[in-house]
Amino acid sequence: MKILVPVKRVIDYNVKVRVKADQSGVDLANVKMSMNPFDEISVEQAIRLKEAGQAEEVVVVSIGVTKSQETLRNALAMGADRAILVEATDNVENDIEPLAVAKILKAIVDEEQPGLVLLGKQAIDNDMNATGQMLSALMGWPQATFASEIAIEGDKAKVTREVDGGLQVISVNMPCVMTVDLRLNEPRYASLPNIMKAKKKPMETKTPADYGVDITPRLTIEKVEEPPARKAGVIVGSVDELVEKLKTEAGVL
Amino acid sequence: MAVLLLAEHDNESLNDATAKTVTAAQAMGGDIHVLCAGSDCGAVAEQAAKLDGVAKVLCAKDASYGHDMAEPLAALIVGLAGDYDHIVAPATTSGKNVMPRVAALLDAMVISDISGVHGPDTFERPIYAGNAMATVKSSDAKKVITVRGASFDAAGEGGSASIEEIAAAANPGLSEWVEDKVVESDRPELTSAKRIISGGRGMGSKENFEIIEKVADKIGAAVGASRAAVDSGYAPNDYQVGQTGKVVAPELYIAVGISGAIQHLAGMKDSKVIVAINKDEEAPIFQVADYGLVADLFDAMPKLEAAL
Repeated sequence: MKILVPVKRVIDYNVKVRVKADQSGVDLANVKMSMNPFDEISVEQAIRLKEAGQAEEVVVVSIGVTKSQETLRNALAMGADRAILVEATDNVENDIEPLAVAKILKAIVDEEQPGLVLLGKQAIDNDMNATGQMLSALMGWPQATFASEIAIEGDKAKVTREVDGGLQVISVNMPCVMTVDLRLNEPRYASLPNIMKAKKKPMETKTPADYGVDITPRLTIEKVEEPPARKAGVIVGSVDELVEKLKTEAGVL
Repeated sequence: MAVLLLAEHDNESLNDATAKTVTAAQAMGGDIHVLCAGSDCGAVAEQAAKLDGVAKVLCAKDASYGHDMAEPLAALIVGLAGDYDHIVAPATTSGKNVMPRVAALLDAMVISDISGVHGPDTFERPIYAGNAMATVKSSDAKKVITVRGASFDAAGEGGSASIEEIAAAANPGLSEWVEDKVVESDRPELTSAKRIISGGRGMGSKENFEIIEKVADKIGAAVGASRAAVDSGYAPNDYQVGQTGKVVAPELYIAVGISGAIQHLAGMKDSKVIVAINKDEEAPIFQVADYGLVADLFDAMPKLEAAL
């Protein structure tokens, strides 16, 4: 089985986000960019499935700016076998919408015929939580989202999902699309020798036009603003003072 | 034209998130039709019919809808979509699972987790873990939307909408439900609780979470946790409040041993009153707290339990 793992280059999760003064978006110039943390988990899972003998090849794909090749090299250094870069924009501030990404991924899936597509459950920039479900719909495949445990048994997979109130276990036919949640695994760090080896692994470069996909956004961003700030509070001296203030001043006890 | 609103329920009672989504739908314009799909959702349909602003309830009873499986549910919604401009659902794990699938089948871009409605095609939604708010305008003929419950008040109960039984769609047969592992608890559910006490990495262990649970039970609060606490195995994932967990807005939120990473703040900063208890006075959580107590939680929490 071949596993396809889409990865996204996003603002590093430790970077403080700044809204631009002209309200056109978030400042992405000269900030540290990294692989979306959920995508690291999906890359890790694909490599583990290969190590366990359940997959023969792990193909990673990224859709975005040319620099997304850094993200792909990182995935190759973790242990993926080859990469596909789809250059969709030359402006880091143009986010390619999940619907367009899903359409490009569908074309890649049709070509590559993987038995499984593993994605992060959401990207930490647009927080859409949509690409996996959309790809699954376009393929007519089952979807197993928010996975915290995956067991592939022949032509079916048993997936434990993180849902409101607890866990749900489902069984899906293969091939399928899975999106991964935080607790599925702890991603490995790439070792220096593997980073060197990754530089020699194959990386193909494509464009959305190669796949006949129109990436014109359906949502226009009218403005991006800072969230309303909370006004500063007070420091209380003791538990008794806290309880007193919550009862009388705040009226919430 | 009208709004089709997918109800969130467990086949017995309607989830509070549905009434909040009705409020958001009212601002989009048009009649609101609530879709109750379940294995036996007659009682839920009756509850939905009572919500203010609901014009009609559609009730689809079929075993395939018993566990919110995305494939049969999306097939049902897409079959009904022709009559609607807006298709909305609460941004619960179930709504987030099924609605992007619906959107792709309708060739529309889903608009996830909206926190405001500025018109029939313009919506506000948090991005970057709530560190920025984006206003987006959709050019799609059908708007497929999930609604952040914490941003809207629940619709009242004074309505008497008609209930119409509708046929189930063909089940694509791609997946099967195996089992639910739902945590049984007498405490309120996180997303609808009026009071929440959350613990962070400062709790130190799974056992120490009991200190928080004791205080929670004293004031009828739900128990939450930061991602750091969940990652460390101190609390289950469904306790997680934050960008990647639940977004809550209770009347009282008490953060215990939580430093206040942006990831966590994204999930709770809309709470009415925030209390922070942390021994590190430099912790960012104090910047959003209405009341801060700089103290060792193992000293403060038993005192708090006694004082309540």
